[in-house]
Amino acid sequence: MTTATATAAARFGQAASRVPDLVFRSGSGILAWVTVAILGLLAALLVANSGEVLGKFGITFLTGTTWDPIAGIYGALPFIVGTIASSVIAIVLATPIGLLTAIFLAELAPRRVAIPLTFTIELLAAIPSVVFGLWGVFVLGPFLSKTVEAWIVGTLGWIPIFAGPPFGVGLFTAGVILTLMILPTIVAISRDVITAVPDSQREAMLALGATRWEMITKAVLPYARSGIIGAVILGLGRALGETMAVTMVIGNRPQIPQSIFDSSQTIASQIATTFNEASIGLQTSALIGLGLVLLVITMTLNVIARLLVWRVAGPQGTS
Amino acid sequence: MINRASRLASLAFGAIVVIAGCASPGATTGPTTGGQGSQPPASTGPSTPQVPSGNVSLSGAGATFPALLYQVWIEKFGEAHSNVTIDYQAIGSGGGIKAITQQTVDFGASDAAMKDEEIAALPAGTKILHVPTALGAVVVIFNLAGVDKTVIKNLNLDGDTIAGIFLGRITAWNDPAIAALNADVAGNLPATPIKVIHRSDGSGTTNAFTTYLATVSSEWKAVGAGKEVNWPTGDGAPGNDGVSGGVKTADGRIGYVELQYAVVSGLASAAIKNANGKFVSGSSAGVTAAAEGAVAAFPDDFRAAPIINGPGDDTYPIAAYTYLLVYQDQTDATKGQALTAYLYWALTDGQSEEKAIGYAPLPAPIQEKALEELHQITTGGSAIWPM
Repeated sequence: MTTATATAAARFGQAASRVPDLVFRSGSGILAWVTVAILGLLAALLVANSGEVLGKFGITFLTGTTWDPIAGIYGALPFIVGTIASSVIAIVLATPIGLLTAIFLAELAPRRVAIPLTFTIELLAAIPSVVFGLWGVFVLGPFLSKTVEAWIVGTLGWIPIFAGPPFGVGLFTAGVILTLMILPTIVAISRDVITAVPDSQREAMLALGATRWEMITKAVLPYARSGIIGAVILGLGRALGETMAVTMVIGNRPQIPQSIFDSSQTIASQIATTFNEASIGLQTSALIGLGLVLLVITMTLNVIARLLVWRVAGPQGTS
Repeated sequence: MINRASRLASLAFGAIVVIAGCASPGATTGPTTGGQGSQPPASTGPSTPQVPSGNVSLSGAGATFPALLYQVWIEKFGEAHSNVTIDYQAIGSGGGIKAITQQTVDFGASDAAMKDEEIAALPAGTKILHVPTALGAVVVIFNLAGVDKTVIKNLNLDGDTIAGIFLGRITAWNDPAIAALNADVAGNLPATPIKVIHRSDGSGTTNAFTTYLATVSSEWKAVGAGKEVNWPTGDGAPGNDGVSGGVKTADGRIGYVELQYAVVSGLASAAIKNANGKFVSGSSAGVTAAAEGAVAAFPDDFRAAPIINGPGDDTYPIAAYTYLLVYQDQTDATKGQALTAYLYWALTDGQSEEKAIGYAPLPAPIQEKALEELHQITTGGSAIWPM
């Protein structure tokens, strides 16, 4: 009798759920496609509205170094270089710090230390970027120019890319601010992929008589490598698109920087600061063209990151 | 500063009290209150444009520089005419021009007159009137400690020297060109490198400043004048606040901001040599003098109104009008009436509000010209406020 009621209930449940199920499935399906359609429309709109500038300058829009709204000449190269250079500085600084922090949290720290520490680091991601920017202008920039930057210029200043004078505003300060902003991303994802490394890997290594250092460098990190690269690329994606904090400390100067202490300008910052007052026509079109370039750069990076993360997530899912 | 702040506070408080006081009688007597106020009664005929009797709401958007003034005006005008609601959003001059071009607002506002391309982008057959409401001055601010370590407060500069600094040709504070203009403190001018801070966003302030440089310096003509230019040197900072903040953070920096922001930041600003060879500091009076001096050569269209580097001993050379932008032909008659009445009020009673909150009012001859312009506003082919 219990079996009969159970079956009846199951049948009844199935019959009753058919309509809501259908509504739910088609509704959520439509919404999912709407999201894709919005992305498609966004890309189409960027292409259509940047047509004027791309038609006029063609490939020289990407290679030109002059941005002169008065003369009507638009070359995006200084912004592309500024965007990539500030993000590369951030990645060079954030990768070792983030990776070592992740290893400490996943492998070395006791639970009662690791949990509050992880929470605090992830809290960094919740700080609004304008707050980072203000702090950069009034505290970090002046501090860096007197200490770290002055020291680098003093010791490595003979190498052109480290030549001074440091003003506390420019690529390097922007890179340091971006480092702080992307650290939570790199730490959180790296910690997750390191934790996901099967214990059998560690046990096998330790059974061979390896030290903890050898176990981490020879067994854990190689296994988690793709995931860590994915984490770094996601961090890079965030750095490329960051606007507010960067615009406040980078100097907003569209030039090809010769040194890491030079003022520069990024794509996102240029769009944000000048779009409001841009005149209708070629200048607006040029700014939308910059947006398209940024979309292509970040999309490419995101695709690479996805592929790498899938590569590492695959075997874990099946084990 | 304290004085200005307290005045503002009392002004705002006064407005609140009056609004609160208006609320209950307004509810009982209805729209008849709209006809009362500072305006003379309707019997005077077309001598002043009349406010329509029904409820009207007007929306405007644009320049940030006059936003405070417009806010005060809207409050004061609202006290006299509670049936007219005006909303103003400070989204920037370029935004104001875009909004009026796309007809999403009833009036726009801009610190720079519309360029020919922008006029060409208007809907076919329409014409925009530039109604000047106030004057602004752009001052050159600097942050400089002398050889004796004291802060240098007074500095004289002329057009060529300012252009030289912003071109990157003059790079140190003890440059002979600067020393020659400042004989009294020449020995105290340090060898500190000059660091230029300019606007990173497009701005009416930049337009006024670069228009001045292009007027007085043949060297600057290669850079040109506009809301955003290709700066030969220096760093960009967003907004007037960004520039004054940037100049304030380190010794040896120079920048340019709207007069009000220089006062607020507490930074020293340079006295600039005018067309008569006199050094004048930025002030409301100096700007009003500039507008007065330019009256003789006044064109029909306010777009081309001369004010930069004008004649007169007291004239401050870097000044600009800020404009409200309205369609000459108003499609909605009621809105057109309300807008014309508001503009009339702004150009007459509104002018007396300006000095208290740091703006330079229009001098009498310019005010007359602007009022004449209001006669040109039409709806359905006939003038809203006939001559």
